[in-house]
Amino acid sequence: MTTESAPKAGERRSSILRSQYFGGILAIVLLLVVNLIKDPGYLSIGYNSANGALVGNVIDILRAAAPVMMIAVGMCLVIATSGIDLSVGSVMVVAGAVSMEFLSTAPDTVGSALLALGLALGLSLLLGLFNGFLVSVVGLQPFISTLVMMMAGRGVAKVVTGGQNTAASNGAFRWIANGYVFGLPVVFLLALLVVVLVAVLVRRSALGLMIEAIGMDPTAARLAGVNRRGLLMAVYSISGIMAGIAGVFATASVMTVDVSKTGDQMEMDAILAVVIGGTSLAGGKFNIAGATIGALLIATLDKTVVFLGISSSATPAFKAIVIVVLCLLQSKRVREAFLRRKSAVAAPQKEKEVVA
Amino acid sequence: MNAATSPIIEMRDISISFPGVKALDGVDFRLLPGEVHTLMGENGAGKSTLIKVLTGVYTPDQGSILFDGAPLVINGTADAQQAGISTVYQEVNLCTNLTVGENVMLGNETRGRFGIDWKRTHERAAEVLARLGLHDVDPRRPLGELSLAVQQLVAISRSMVTNSRVLILDEPTSSLDNVEVEQLFTVIRQLRSEGVAILFVSHFLDQVYAISDRMTVLRNGQFIGEHLTRDLPRHELIAEMIGKELSLVQSPAGDESRRDHVVGEVVYSASGLGRKGAIEPVDVELRRGEVLGLAGLLGSGRTELARLISGADKPDTGEVTVQGARVSIKTPADGLKRRIALSSENRRDEGIIRDLSVRENILLGLQSTRGWARPVPRKEADGLVDKYVRELNVRPADPSRPIRNLSGGNQQKALLGRWLATKPDVLILDEPTRGIDIGAKAEIQQQVLQLASEGVAIVFISSELEEVVRLCDRILVLKDHRLIAELDNDGSLTAESIVSVIANDGADADRTERIPS
Repeated sequence: MTTESAPKAGERRSSILRSQYFGGILAIVLLLVVNLIKDPGYLSIGYNSANGALVGNVIDILRAAAPVMMIAVGMCLVIATSGIDLSVGSVMVVAGAVSMEFLSTAPDTVGSALLALGLALGLSLLLGLFNGFLVSVVGLQPFISTLVMMMAGRGVAKVVTGGQNTAASNGAFRWIANGYVFGLPVVFLLALLVVVLVAVLVRRSALGLMIEAIGMDPTAARLAGVNRRGLLMAVYSISGIMAGIAGVFATASVMTVDVSKTGDQMEMDAILAVVIGGTSLAGGKFNIAGATIGALLIATLDKTVVFLGISSSATPAFKAIVIVVLCLLQSKRVREAFLRRKSAVAAPQKEKEVVA
Repeated sequence: MNAATSPIIEMRDISISFPGVKALDGVDFRLLPGEVHTLMGENGAGKSTLIKVLTGVYTPDQGSILFDGAPLVINGTADAQQAGISTVYQEVNLCTNLTVGENVMLGNETRGRFGIDWKRTHERAAEVLARLGLHDVDPRRPLGELSLAVQQLVAISRSMVTNSRVLILDEPTSSLDNVEVEQLFTVIRQLRSEGVAILFVSHFLDQVYAISDRMTVLRNGQFIGEHLTRDLPRHELIAEMIGKELSLVQSPAGDESRRDHVVGEVVYSASGLGRKGAIEPVDVELRRGEVLGLAGLLGSGRTELARLISGADKPDTGEVTVQGARVSIKTPADGLKRRIALSSENRRDEGIIRDLSVRENILLGLQSTRGWARPVPRKEADGLVDKYVRELNVRPADPSRPIRNLSGGNQQKALLGRWLATKPDVLILDEPTRGIDIGAKAEIQQQVLQLASEGVAIVFISSELEEVVRLCDRILVLKDHRLIAELDNDGSLTAESIVSVIANDGADADRTERIPS
């Protein structure tokens, strides 16, 4: 037994090192180090006794990561079925718009906050279901189906608010994004909770296995009796709800929905987070932990750009560079080339030793 | 083979290991110009691995390769092609949406002043095709319009464009009918006479004996022997391949037990079951403990009928009764719910899920009948996986391994485990023994009889009529998408009598041109 367990521990260590999202963790650490060089006090965390909150740059990053975490996890499942959900950003703005529009006239109570939440999530679920319907029943390509929803969603949001950037005030709703529990932002704790819930749902039931099966080989999965239609409906609905939660998070922090900015291009962040997390865009095996790390990286990157004072016009380029480097590091071919060079460098040295 | 001929390929002491498996262990192999050399062995013996070493897919851990007497280092498939080693795989690796000529010349197009000169490229393609006796194939036709056999020949033509001196044919005949095989063999003989060295792999012994001059036998990754085909009788070859005593080989599994099981009540019956373009309406009854054979040529409608029964395809017409209740089976999930399981003939694309483990592949069917919300409890899952890996003798017996790493026969056994885990009342096996080795084949045949004796209704489809005759109690003969006869296997039935049923049908209905020779 002991002889068996010993190599296993080693295997586990090297599997963490080789795991697809190790690059993501490394990148987060590197970005933090860069910030630390700019300002040695970057990582310091203070305590605000007035509201019992921890304050600091890292806490800001966690708070900012919450919405991306949500849509990244939803996207991760969709991509595993070898689909894609381009509508998450638009579903976010729809969720934000209905909740703000509702709260702008509702009384400032916990009840109306819950009702607003229910409305937002219900509507997001419907939009997700519609995506699922287009993909699985009508049989449209996921790209087209969700592209349609991406355009329609923002339109719906504008209709809901009458084209205005509606603002509202509701203490309980605001608390979701700005409150603190145990010194940590509520919004991050909620996001973490949802991620864990989804991970448990997917991995403790057979949902994960079936999603992977239809993503890897739809024909074989069908003949094995897997209900592809139902699964796709479920997966796109989950993605819709996750986008709805993200929309609530994003609007609750400022208590305003910006119909043209809220959730704008967030689908790209979600896709990037999923890819950084080691889930292949071709579908199949997926990695929820990886997608979460990817989301944290995206948030860290956004904050770093601001902190380093990179001009806003250069921000996308900077982001692109970091992500390209990361993807290169993760690419099998680049890794192999790197290893080969390493061994090529090592080999001649050995020869020299022999000669000497 | 005269002694003066020196080998064009000589592989010496080749070893290669994969995690947990020694795939090749000090194997020697030589290939002479102008010969057809067959690589024989069970699935998992190392044939494919040896070929992949030669084509540069794998780099051996140890050993050397001599090409025409000079050492050859192969680092990747491009090196092998450059050296003049071409390969045609079991599944045709061509682009069906391009034309024949484009496929043949891809990468070797004739270039003119303004880029590719398509006229001359197609002319050149026609020359190469003609050299292989394909005068009547228009190089401007899309490849997808041609039969699989002709596509196979086009794939060979493609390797002849570069004047290859070594041609590797990996299971080229597995999806061809007899006439097509003969066409392929004509081409092979033609190439042999031109001095091309041909390495041939096939599971069909008849074909091996018809075409090859020499054979090398591998077993468990080791070199067992090299023989001239004419010096090695079949039973000795089989004994070498499976490494067992001859007496064991000569009594195929379960021959004596076929009549032992009792045919019970009807579990499935369909009347007027049909689908336009697939099969004309037929009546089918399946009984507990009975092995029903579907016989017919490729494309006769036997696979189509199996797919209708299981729900893989949706029937247009017909009334189906399962266990006395009227049901409608439109999807494979419906079928599994009614305990009807279909093992598809296309193991690679419709059977296994390559990237899932053996364990997940076995559990998938049962899991999907229960739905995602009710995962198979771990203990039950462990028990089932363990049971089927052991009972069906799946090797390597490590269910956490991705199924793609298993040999074809073992994949088939794992798939059989998948269907058995759903506890089927009706089990439809479409070509379960195609492309797998003799040992695994015997094991699967034995399982079929075992299951029948346990009261499962079995539908058995195979191109090998001998196998159908040996295993089945009753045989439905299909031809041109319709049922032409129902035969009771009372012991007097032979493969020849089934062939004559197929051949004689419709002779009076102007269908003579369809009769096989």
